[in-house]
Amino acid sequence: MSSLPLQAEAGARFAARAAWHPLEVVFWAVALGSIYLLPGRHLILTEIAILGLFALSLDLILGYAGIVSLGHAAFFGFGAYTAGLLAKHEIITEPLLALLVSGAATALLGFVTSFLVLRGSDLTRIMVTLGVALVLREIANRYAGLTGGADGLQGVEIKPLFGLFRFDMFGHTAYCYSLGVLIVLFLLARRIVHSPFGLSLQSIKGNVLRASAVGIPVNSRLVTIYTIAAAYAGIAGALLTQTTAFASLSVFDFDRSADLLLVLIIGGTGYLYGGLIGAIIFKLMQDYLAALTPQYWPFWIGLLLVVIVLVGRERISSWTHPLRTLASRLDWRSHRTQSSVLATGGP
Amino acid sequence: MPVALETVGLEKRFGGLVATNDVSLKIEKGARHALIGPNGAGKTTLINLLTGVLRPTSGRILLESRDITTFKPHARVKLGIARTFQINQLFPDLTPLETIGLAVSERLGSGKDWWRIVGSRPQVTDEVVRILEDFRLADVMNERTAILPYGKQRLLEIAVAVASAPRVLLLDEPAAGVPEEERHVILDIVAALPQDVTVLLIEHDMDLVFQFARQISVLVNGAVFVEGTPEDIARDERVRQVYLGEGGHG
Repeated sequence: MSSLPLQAEAGARFAARAAWHPLEVVFWAVALGSIYLLPGRHLILTEIAILGLFALSLDLILGYAGIVSLGHAAFFGFGAYTAGLLAKHEIITEPLLALLVSGAATALLGFVTSFLVLRGSDLTRIMVTLGVALVLREIANRYAGLTGGADGLQGVEIKPLFGLFRFDMFGHTAYCYSLGVLIVLFLLARRIVHSPFGLSLQSIKGNVLRASAVGIPVNSRLVTIYTIAAAYAGIAGALLTQTTAFASLSVFDFDRSADLLLVLIIGGTGYLYGGLIGAIIFKLMQDYLAALTPQYWPFWIGLLLVVIVLVGRERISSWTHPLRTLASRLDWRSHRTQSSVLATGGP
Repeated sequence: MPVALETVGLEKRFGGLVATNDVSLKIEKGARHALIGPNGAGKTTLINLLTGVLRPTSGRILLESRDITTFKPHARVKLGIARTFQINQLFPDLTPLETIGLAVSERLGSGKDWWRIVGSRPQVTDEVVRILEDFRLADVMNERTAILPYGKQRLLEIAVAVASAPRVLLLDEPAAGVPEEERHVILDIVAALPQDVTVLLIEHDMDLVFQFARQISVLVNGAVFVEGTPEDIARDERVRQVYLGEGGHG
C-alpha cells in the first residue's frame, strides 16, 4: 500500500515546481518600482519591456518546446503592422482592444505557419522560419499602398488608452501600459509552463519518441505553443507601434530575429526570466555603448557573444547566481546548472 | 480466449530489404507471449509496426478487432498499447516523479490542461506514487533521470510504459544491459504485471523467455518460422538449428 508521507512529499514536490521564489517577487517589485523611481528613463524601459515580451515569446517555443526560430520577427512585424493599420484607418481606436486583436491576428498567422515547423531538424526549422519572415517583409514592401513600403506606415495616431491616458512624449503612459501587458502575459506564460501542458512540451523537447509513446499528441502540442508564442510576439510588435506611433519594414528585419536569439543566449532559456534579463542587459549595453561609440557598438555586442559562447553561459551566470536560482530552488534545474558547471570545469 | 492483438499479412520493406514478411500473429487477451529470433530477424521492426513508429508496406493490425493500421503512435497509446524500448528512451532532464506524472496526466486526460499546476489533482499524485513504489523508484523520484544508475533507468523505462495503463504491453528486451544482481527486480516486476494485461516480450535471454512465456513465436528473416508452447519450441529441431544452436543450448 502506498505510504501517505510519500504522497505528501510528491504533492509538495509538484507544488514546489510552480512556487514563487522570493527573488521573483523582488524582480517584479523592482520593475513596478521603476515606474516611480526612474521617471526619466521610461522610454528605454518601454523598449526593454517590449523586447522582454518578444524574448519571452521565443523562450516559450525554444526554451520549452525546443523549436529553433531565426524568423520570429515575422510575428513581431505582423503584429506591428496590424496595430498600425487598425489605428491609422481608425478601425479599432482603443489601444488595448487593438492590441488584443493584433495578437489574435498574429496567432492565426502562427497557427497557419506552425505546420511548416513541425517536420524536420533544427536546420530545417531555422531556414523555414527565416523564409517566412523574409516573405512577409517583401509582401509589406510590395504593397506600399497599404503599408507605406520602405517609407514605413505614416500617419498612425494612437488614441488615449481606455480613452483616458494619452501617450505622452516621455513614455510614462507607454511604460505603464507595456509593463502591465508584460506582467499579465508573463503570469499567463508562467501558468502555462508549470501545467501538464507545459510539462508535455518539455518532454517533447527531451525525447519526441518517448513523448509520443506515452500518448502525447506531439504535433498538436507544438502547433498550440507555436500559436501562443506567435500571439505573444504579435502583441510585442503591436506595443512597439502603439508606443512609437510608427511601423516600418525594420520590424521584419533579420537583425531583429537574430538579436532576439542573442537576448535569450545572454539571459538563458527555459526559466522564463532569461528573455527579460537578457533584454535588460542587451538594451542597456546597446544604449550605453551607442552613446560611447555610436558607430561601432555592435562590435561590443559581438565580442560579448563570443565571450559568452567560449566561457560558457553557465559560468557567466554563476556570477549572477542569485538570479539564476530564481527557478532552480529545489527542483531539477539546480542539478542541471551544477552538473553543467562541473562539465565545463567549474568556476 | 478473445484476441487482444492481431496482425494480418503484415509486411514492411526498406527498399529491397524485407524486414517483416507476411507476419500473421494472434495474441490472446492476457497472453504471456514471447517473440524470439536471431539478430536481424525483424523483432524490433515488428514492435515499431505495432506501435505506429513505422507504417507497414502492406497488411493490417487489429487491436481487439479494431483496425489500427493507420493510427498515430499516441492514438494507439490512448487505445491501450504501450511499449518499452530496447535502448532507454527517457527524458534526461525530468525526474522520475515528473516523468510518471506526465504519463499519468496524459492518461487521465489532463495532459493538455494549461491552467492547472502539474500534480494538483490528488488522483494523479496518488497514481504516480503507487507506480513509483511498485517500481522501487520512490527513493530517487527527485533525481534527474540522466544521473540515475542504469538499473533504475531501466525500471523507469518499464514504469513509464505501465503508467499509461496498457491493455497490451510490448517489452523490447526489458532486462538488456541490467547487471546480474538487479535482473531479478525486473523479472519480478514483469511477472507481477496484472493477469489481464496482454504482454508481448522480445528477449534474447532464453532463461527469462522460458520462465515467462506461455506461448512463443520464432521470427527468422522477418517471417514467423515456428509458433508454439515453450515445450514445443524447446523440442523443435529446426529452431535448435537456426536459433538455439547458436547459443550453445543442448
